[in-house]
Amino acid sequence: MLLKEYARPKDLHEAYELLLQDEHNIIIGGGAWLKLTHKEVNTIIDLHSIGLHEIIDKGDHIEIGAMTSLRQIEKNEAIKGYYDGIFCQAVKSIMGMNIRNLATIGGSIMGKYSFSDIFTPLLAMDVSLVFFKSGTMTLEKYLETKRMEKDILVKILLHKKEGRGYFHTMKKTHLDFAVINCAVTKTDKVKIVIGARPSLAVRATEAEEFINTHEINEASILAAAKIAKDEIKTGNNARASKEYRNELIEVYVKRGLQEVLNYEG
Amino acid sequence: MKVNFTLNHHPESWDVDPNEYFLDTLRAHDITSVRRGCDTTSCGVCTVLMDGKPVPSCSVLSISLEGKTILTVEGIKDSAERLAERMGHHGADQCGYCNPSLALTVYAMKQEIKHPTDQDISEYLVGNLCRCTGYKGQEEAIKLFLEEE
Repeated sequence: MLLKEYARPKDLHEAYELLLQDEHNIIIGGGAWLKLTHKEVNTIIDLHSIGLHEIIDKGDHIEIGAMTSLRQIEKNEAIKGYYDGIFCQAVKSIMGMNIRNLATIGGSIMGKYSFSDIFTPLLAMDVSLVFFKSGTMTLEKYLETKRMEKDILVKILLHKKEGRGYFHTMKKTHLDFAVINCAVTKTDKVKIVIGARPSLAVRATEAEEFINTHEINEASILAAAKIAKDEIKTGNNARASKEYRNELIEVYVKRGLQEVLNYEG
Repeated sequence: MKVNFTLNHHPESWDVDPNEYFLDTLRAHDITSVRRGCDTTSCGVCTVLMDGKPVPSCSVLSISLEGKTILTVEGIKDSAERLAERMGHHGADQCGYCNPSLALTVYAMKQEIKHPTDQDISEYLVGNLCRCTGYKGQEEAIKLFLEEE
């Protein structure tokens, strides 16, 4: 990324004004992936002075400031307590701890990285995003929105629900991006999410519908896993072929369902 | 642009370009213990401690360091020397290119985790690649170092 100016606003109003001043002004998160892009930027806006780096338990939800580092999340006991701690587990699987000290949750979300290990568990949970101008929207809606007006992500809300969770990311090495990742959760209903396909994470809605309307047994779990494999669109890239990814989806969805449904066969 | 920060316990005020990464700035100031490896956040040899936490300096904008406290291996000399002795004893050392970042990461781990388990140590060191010796000798040396400290 080629940067011309750097600004460190004192509050969100100032940051938002700066953001709108030029179409080539952008907000920086932790900056861990700045070198992945060759964009030319006029002013890079650093939010570190604004204080959005706390995790606060608000009773019915957990609030995570957009500038919270991935490392803070992975160590947070309140977050570990929900859905068998899959969000912390997913964050911990991201590269080395030195990068997780730098990368922020806001940057990870606003980057909409298709290789993300973050979106997959979050989409299987109940999560909202709070923007400075647009207000609150569900994570699912944010991911579906193709083009959004310039805005600043302020915080992430994890709505507390009692439930089980499973997450698996398949990587060739710790320091690589995922070949595929999978999250399965069970509250009153089952949710199944597949990410790094290599496109953005999506829910396997047909498989969810099937497992939520059938008696739980070995046959229904295998059938749901097969449905997930068939319904999720995958692609080829340097890490794996489409066909390999499809095979992995069936395996991990099966394992995820067995785990969250406490089905041992 | 001017950036004011503390480097190895001394206040510094350096002129930096908004486009400049801290690894380049440090090396331009002859602090060559901070090594250049992949230059894309993966290998860990450029690690410095920023407010006590290991970060890859190749991906930190120098201008963003205003008010921060930075340690390179020169700032933890005694601890690094003691670790180096253990590393030598365990044959966990060859080219030495990754040693400064390893010493910094172990130093940070010691501050953060009182009694790290074997798993804590392996997890903490995931971001520090070594292509000479493998990791077993390093882990043994680090365990001995932590026990003795």
